[in-house]
Amino acid sequence: MADVYLPSTLPPLFPGLPRHLELDATTVDDVVAQLDASWPGLRDRLCEPGPAIRPHIHFYVDRERATLGTPLETRSRVDVIAAISGG
Amino acid sequence: MPRMVLLVGTRKGCFLLESDDRRDWKLRGPFCENWPVYHAIHDSSSGAIYAAAASEWHGSTVWRSHDLGETWEQSSEGLAYEADGEKKMSKVSNLAAKNGRLLAGVEMPGIFESTDGGVTWSQFSTLAGEPGSTIWDNPANQPPGHLGVSAIMFDTEDDARFWAIVQGISLFETTDDGKSWTPRNVGLRADWPREIDEVGFCVHKVVRSPVDGDRMYQQNHVGMWRSDDCGQNWTEITEGLPSEFGFAAATHPHDRETFYVIPLDPGHGRTMHDGQAAVWRTRDAGETWHALRTGLPQQDAYIGVLREGMAIDAEDSPGLYFGTSTGQVFASVDEGETWNEIASYLPAISSVEVAVID
Repeated sequence: MADVYLPSTLPPLFPGLPRHLELDATTVDDVVAQLDASWPGLRDRLCEPGPAIRPHIHFYVDRERATLGTPLETRSRVDVIAAISGG
Repeated sequence: MPRMVLLVGTRKGCFLLESDDRRDWKLRGPFCENWPVYHAIHDSSSGAIYAAAASEWHGSTVWRSHDLGETWEQSSEGLAYEADGEKKMSKVSNLAAKNGRLLAGVEMPGIFESTDGGVTWSQFSTLAGEPGSTIWDNPANQPPGHLGVSAIMFDTEDDARFWAIVQGISLFETTDDGKSWTPRNVGLRADWPREIDEVGFCVHKVVRSPVDGDRMYQQNHVGMWRSDDCGQNWTEITEGLPSEFGFAAATHPHDRETFYVIPLDPGHGRTMHDGQAAVWRTRDAGETWHALRTGLPQQDAYIGVLREGMAIDAEDSPGLYFGTSTGQVFASVDEGETWNEIASYLPAISSVEVAVID
């Protein structure tokens, strides 16, 4: 099971969505798919059509910058970060 | 008097200002999770509020509330260009509602439609093939802050007829529900070279008289214009104003000759002249103009107002409202003669619309 940590900007958009959850996922894209299945529309908040990760959203797997295709190990940690920017 | 609700779209969410007498106003918000809101509207047929928003992090969406802001939801299902095309959506800029139908103007330029109250969306038109489309469909040709389709205006009677502004290009009219479009720029002026005769005009805001559908006014990048034939021909009425430039405009609900505009300094400033705030009014269809300043700051007030930043209600003595780039909302209930500041410290304001709640 991967440990998935989401940015604070997401839960207010999707009732019941926690900041931290465990998912049995094989890739980053699988994480997004499972999140979107439980909270419809969530993929749009993280990805653009393509699909591609939105420019100011970063995924890290075990502290390494990841893409949608990055595979997950058992007990991988997935951090989804809204880039520190803006004002 | 019915309850008035001002829908204020700001860079940090949507706010509501409510009043039963148009003098004492109560503020609620921020809503929409502080997302930048480009345009918030009230659909009088359903009672819903819709807010066009775009987050740098999470993309574009349309928020909706069916209980005057008590609860909100958002959806962008279908609100995106196809992945295999060159067009990408940066923001939802503008909304229009009529008879259960919702249209959204977006950047890169296009129009999306929802017929289920903003739950799902589909691409309605990109005005593909119209004059200028090769310019606005070029991904390398999207200016900073571009709004794409910056305005959509329904005809009051014919559901298949409406107007859309492609920013920096043209006002377009369709009479067959978007199947074909006609540029409506005859008589306009541009101060730059234009590659295509019919388009290349920077139309900022178009308003139409509720009492005479043939009468339109427009604030353009380089002046003010009036139309007496529903946009087919335009006559310049800039003379008497302190500047050609401005964004916001409002037309009187009962008098086709009366029209309000807020001239701004052009260039990078885009604030009111000499730090003195004023709304300018004509009562003779642009023959003469008069500055309305009483109650507005007249010293060190370098404030701007954007294209959706002014609204007017339809009471016998109509209320006029505008929101500024520095977060103030001003209101007048005597046709602009005197003004009151009804909100002072909001985020930068993109839009002000008025909803009448009976």
